[in-house]
Amino acid sequence: MNTETNAIEQFADQEYKYGFVTDIEADSTPAGLNENIIRFISAKKQEPEWLLEWRLKSYRHWLKMEEPRWPNVKYPPIDYQAIVYYSAPKRKTELKDISEVDPELLRTYEKLGIPLREQEWLAGVAVDAVFDSVSVATTFKEKLRELGIIFCSFSEAVREHPDLVRKYLGSVVPANDNYFAALNSAVFSDGSFCFIPKGVRCPMELSTYFRINAADTGQFERTLIVAEEGAQVSYLEGCTAPMRDKNQLHAAVVELVALDNARIKYSTVQNWYPGDKEGRGGIYNFVTKRGKCAGVNSKISWTQVETGSAITWKYPSVLLIGDNSVGEFYSVAVVNNYQQADTGTKMTHIGKNTKSTIVSKGISAGHGQNSYRGLVEMKKNATNSRNYSQCDSLLLGDKCGAHTFPYIEVKNTSSKAEHEATTSKIGEDQIFYCKQRGLSTEDAVNMIVNGFCREVFHELPMEFAVEAQKLLGVSLEGSVG
Amino acid sequence: MSLLEVKNLHASVNGNEILHGINLTVNIGEVHAIMGPNGSGKSTLAGVLAGREAYIVTEGQVLYQGKDLLEMDPEERAREGLFLAFQYPVEIPGVNNSYFLKAALNAIRKHKGLEELDAIDFLSLLKQKTKLVDMNESFLNRPVNEGFSGGEKKRNEIFHMAVLEPKLSILDETDSGLDIDALKTVSEGVNKLRSKENATIIVTHYQRLLNYIVPDFVHVLVDGIIVKSGGKDLAIKLEELGYDWVREETVHAV
Ligand SMILES: Nc1ncnc2c1ncn2[C@@H]1O[C@H](COP(=O)(O)OP(=O)(O)O)[C@@H](O)[C@H]1O
Ligand SMILES: [Mg+2]
Repeated sequence: MNTETNAIEQFADQEYKYGFVTDIEADSTPAGLNENIIRFISAKKQEPEWLLEWRLKSYRHWLKMEEPRWPNVKYPPIDYQAIVYYSAPKRKTELKDISEVDPELLRTYEKLGIPLREQEWLAGVAVDAVFDSVSVATTFKEKLRELGIIFCSFSEAVREHPDLVRKYLGSVVPANDNYFAALNSAVFSDGSFCFIPKGVRCPMELSTYFRINAADTGQFERTLIVAEEGAQVSYLEGCTAPMRDKNQLHAAVVELVALDNARIKYSTVQNWYPGDKEGRGGIYNFVTKRGKCAGVNSKISWTQVETGSAITWKYPSVLLIGDNSVGEFYSVAVVNNYQQADTGTKMTHIGKNTKSTIVSKGISAGHGQNSYRGLVEMKKNATNSRNYSQCDSLLLGDKCGAHTFPYIEVKNTSSKAEHEATTSKIGEDQIFYCKQRGLSTEDAVNMIVNGFCREVFHELPMEFAVEAQKLLGVSLEGSVG
Repeated sequence: MSLLEVKNLHASVNGNEILHGINLTVNIGEVHAIMGPNGSGKSTLAGVLAGREAYIVTEGQVLYQGKDLLEMDPEERAREGLFLAFQYPVEIPGVNNSYFLKAALNAIRKHKGLEELDAIDFLSLLKQKTKLVDMNESFLNRPVNEGFSGGEKKRNEIFHMAVLEPKLSILDETDSGLDIDALKTVSEGVNKLRSKENATIIVTHYQRLLNYIVPDFVHVLVDGIIVKSGGKDLAIKLEELGYDWVREETVHAV
């Protein structure tokens, strides 16, 4: 407990030092979207001509596309002309001190064991002084630079490393891939860029959370991670603290590229505002995440713990192009109250001897609806390929739902896909057994649910796993009487 | 003051009355056996005492350490030292046995105002207790009861008891599923845990366990009522004559 708190504190302290500070200019566009708005965004960011063209092309695609209706989620129509597509990054509402913060929010922070200073920051209290130890050139950033690793905001990457961005942007998720990806490509605000050169193993976990301004990257985040031949990186996205945002629609795109023998591990904890107990408010999280195992023996692993958002629509996928490449997807998705999640993965086997593993744990409570949607496709030339999928659903209560939509297409005779699925209810017997041993109902539910998710938590970096476990408890609070 | 006083306890499940007025007094340091044929209400009694929600008490009273037991939540009863070794122990997939026990023990210690045990002290306690029931240490790192054989589950229940050191233990059919060797070791474990500071209620429909754990008192439960109580000899007589004997006796007595 203490060590992990310290770790967070340490990281948080380090964070500012890395100097991921974007220009703070108070400015925004009027609501609505047209080509002029896109030109404005691009100009504001001083982007090169090719990127403006790319955005415009994406926009024109988007105009011709239709919002997908196939996910198993319900929400009122989104008015895309009511959205403000650019507003200069600003700190969240500044409160004078912690006593002005919603006590409910503070209670949650307490439960998650977030240190006070950080609570203040997360809640939008003016605490810049805390982070303002302007020793910008830290050993951390130096160390990464020495190794040739680039880790910076997307905007900075466009300015400093335009050739790399140009080479890989859209190479995994084409601008016209789907409705929300096209929208993102047209208007993306900021995000992270990460490049690990040939043969380099990144010596530390890279994390967006530890960049203060990450909280302001807005609704249309863009992330690109490239691992060259033999490179390795583990990347953490998000944080367990509840994130509030006045923007309802979030449509991010994440692209990963792994060349020969490279490995990318991408872990996410998503805890955006889920809406209130009656289902009012909450974020729509419509994300496109895809990795490309471009090289032989490359490996991409997605691990996600999704507890937030009113609606989650997300399928972190892997294109297994290189021979012997490996794709993995480990997921915990929790829905409570009126949350809806339609999430899963797509494993596309193209190279020979490619392997994929899918472990999905869906937990539904309250009136929550949780769908797993997965596609395992083995192309004709993907001989001797293997997939193993396991989709388990756990129901807490009888007003919630779990659904699985597994699709398997094997187009050669030497490959095999194996799928297992279970649905279980959290048992009165299990809870009583725990209580008989002295545990409270809350601890009992926590323990049973965490046990259910163990295989996935196992894949998370240590300190992230501990946080994720606590997060699960908080998310399901009060779901079993 | 008695440790446990059950007075005229009536309880029903789904609207059917199963227990029709149980009276039972257990003092500290005593071992009681409750015997009775299948379906006579033994597990119901154990469940009512542990606080299982499906059982509704319609009449009567239970005092535990002088306090109204029926007012207490199941976890509070457990923290106050009441332990039930389940007839059918429950599996908790993915939750490590030792992790589970640590949470349980610390919840109990916290309730008592004691400090929580740290990982190292706890582990040495666990190792010591595994010896008591001759349990392989590999069971510590397996998920609670998951994939355990029937006998292993029962042994694990007694292991939990050894670690949590309850005041009042209720062992519900702990002998079923145990082969003769396991029965001996588990009984030895229970005997070692027996002390002037605690009490045990052994629930069984089978006399053989009582050869190893010798009770101070034996009660015969038939159709939801205790029809006969006596010393350890009663168990032997029951074994010889069967439950029909008590049934007939009660009929004559009426
Ligand atoms: N949940 C339940 N619903 C309905 N009947 C029950 C339930 N639990 C126990 N009973 C009934 O109560 C009676 C006593 O059961 P039980 O206490 O388990 O007996 P024993 O442990 O002595 O074998 C039996 O007739 C049994 O069928
Ligand atoms: Mg029984």
